[in-house]
Amino acid sequence: MEKTTNQKAWFLVLPVLVLVAFSAVIPLMTVVNYSVQDTFGNNRFFWVGLEWFEEMLASDRMWAALRRQVIFSAIILVIEVPLGVLIALHMPKRGVWVSVCLVLMSLPLLIPWNVVGTIWQIFGRVDIGLLGYTLAALGIDYNYTQNTFDAWVTVIVMDVWHWTSLVALLAYAGLKSIPDAYYQAARIDQASRWAVFRYIELPKMMGVLMIAILLRFMDSFMIYTEPFVVTGGGPGNATTFLSIDLVKMALGQFDLGPAAAFSIMYFLVILLVSWVFYTVMTNLDKREGK
Amino acid sequence: MRGGIAMTGRHLPRINIVMVLYLLFLMLPIYWLANMSLKTNTEILGGFSLWPRDLTFANYAKILGDPAWYMGYVNSIIYVSMNTVLSVAVALPAAYAFSRYRFMGDKHLFFWLLTNRMAPPAVFALPFFQLYSSVGLFDTHIAVALAHTLFNVPLAVWILEGFMRGVPKEIDETAYIDGYSFPRFFVKIFMPLIASGVGVAAFFCFMFSWVELLLSRTLTSVDAKPIAATMTRTVSASGMDWGVLAAAGVLTILPGALVIWFVRNYIAKGFALGRV
Repeated sequence: MEKTTNQKAWFLVLPVLVLVAFSAVIPLMTVVNYSVQDTFGNNRFFWVGLEWFEEMLASDRMWAALRRQVIFSAIILVIEVPLGVLIALHMPKRGVWVSVCLVLMSLPLLIPWNVVGTIWQIFGRVDIGLLGYTLAALGIDYNYTQNTFDAWVTVIVMDVWHWTSLVALLAYAGLKSIPDAYYQAARIDQASRWAVFRYIELPKMMGVLMIAILLRFMDSFMIYTEPFVVTGGGPGNATTFLSIDLVKMALGQFDLGPAAAFSIMYFLVILLVSWVFYTVMTNLDKREGK
Repeated sequence: MRGGIAMTGRHLPRINIVMVLYLLFLMLPIYWLANMSLKTNTEILGGFSLWPRDLTFANYAKILGDPAWYMGYVNSIIYVSMNTVLSVAVALPAAYAFSRYRFMGDKHLFFWLLTNRMAPPAVFALPFFQLYSSVGLFDTHIAVALAHTLFNVPLAVWILEGFMRGVPKEIDETAYIDGYSFPRFFVKIFMPLIASGVGVAAFFCFMFSWVELLLSRTLTSVDAKPIAATMTRTVSASGMDWGVLAAAGVLTILPGALVIWFVRNYIAKGFALGRV
C-alpha cells in the first residue's frame, strides 16, 4: 500500500514511545551504568571503564553458558521447524476436526512457563511420573536430575512439546493461503507429492516460516523458567543456559558489574541475529509485493 | 474428480496417524497432571495407576478455600487485564500511524520496538526491581502490568499493524471527505473493521502476560503475587504436596483453554503478527 508522508504521525506514536521509554530505556540505562562502574556498597560508585566486559569475555563460565545456549537453540530449531511443517501438512482439511486440532495444539502455548516445567518435572519422575515410570519399567536407566544426557533430553523434549505447535500453526496458516488453482495445475502436470511440496508449498510458506524461526530463536535463546523448574540448571551446570546463569549472577550473587556487562553482550547477540532475520523477512515481504 | 477422491482415500490413514500421534504426545503430560490432581497424596506416592482409583476433589477444595491460594489467581488476572488494556490502548494509534503514514525515523522506530520483544526478561529483572522499588510501586499490580508492556506493546503494535494494512486506505479518505474527524472516524468506522485484529492482539497480550513468571515473581512479594509463584507453597517440611501442586497447575491451564476456543481461527494469523 502506498503510504503518504506525514510527520504528524509522530503524535500517534507518542504514547507507545513514552511507555516503552519508561519500561525499557530507563532499566537499560541502569544496566549500562552498572556495567562500567564498581561499588564498595553504600551506593558509592566509581568508574571502571570496560573492566567488567574484559572480565566476562575472559571468563570460561560465560563461554560455557553461551556454548550450551547455542547448542540448545540449534537442536530445538532443527527438530521443531521440520516437525512443525510435517504436522501442518497433516492437518485435516476441513470440518470440525480442524477446530479440535487447532485448540488442542494451542493448549501447551497457553500454559504458564513454570507450570510447563512442573508438568515435565512430574512426568519424568521415576517414582510418580508416567514417562519416568515407563522408561524405568522398560529397563532404561533414566534420571534427569543426575544424568547430564537425560537432563538434556528432558529439556529438549519439553521444549518440543511446548513450542512445536507454534511452528505448525504458522506453517498451517501459510498453507491455507495457497489458492486451490495451484494444486489443480500441479495435478494436471502430474507433479509428484514431493514436487508439490518443494515448488508450491515450501515457497508459499517461506514468509511465515521465517517468522517462526525468528520467534523460536529469540524465545529459546532467552529460555529461563522451564529448564530452571525441571533441572535447576543441573546436574552441575549441564543445563545452565544464559538466562539461568545471568539470574544466578545478578539476583543470587548480586555481582552487579559483571552481570550488567553480561546482560549487554547477551542482548547484543540476540539483536544481531534477529536483525539479520528481520532484514531477510522484510525483503521477502517486498518481493511478494505485500 | 474420481482421481481426487482416490487420492484422498489413499492419504487419509496416514494423515490421522501423524496427527493422532502428535496430539497424543501433547495431551499425555497434561492428562498426567489432571490425573494426579484427582488423587490423594497417599495414592500418588503409594503406587502407580493410570487413573485415580480413589477419586478426590480435596486438592481443588484446598486451593479454592484458602485465600492465600486463590488470591494468586485474582492477582494474576488483575495484572494481566491491566496489561492487556494498557498495551492495546497505546498500540492502536501507533499501529495506525505505522500502517498509513511515512514519517521521520519510522523504520528505525519499528525495529526498535521489535528489539524490546527480543530483550531477555533476565536482563531486565534486576533493573525493574530497582526502578519499581524506587518509585514505590514494588508489589503492586500496576508494576507487573507496566513491566509486561516491555514485550506486549511491541507485539500488539506488530499484530495490529498487520491487520490494519489489510484495510484499504480509500475507506479513510472517504470518511475524511464525509467530514469525519480523526477520533470519530477511528472509533466509529475503523475500529469495527479491525475488530478481529483487536481481539487477537488482546488475546496475545493476555497470553504472554499470563505465562510469564520471571518478571512477575521478581516484582511482587505478597499483595500482588501471581499464582504461578504461589505454587512454590506446596514445598514444605513434610515433603511435596503433589496433589495440590497438580491441581494448581490444572487451574492455571483452564483460563487459556477457555479463551483459545474464541480465537482458534485467528491464532495462526496472530502468531504471524497479522502477516498471513
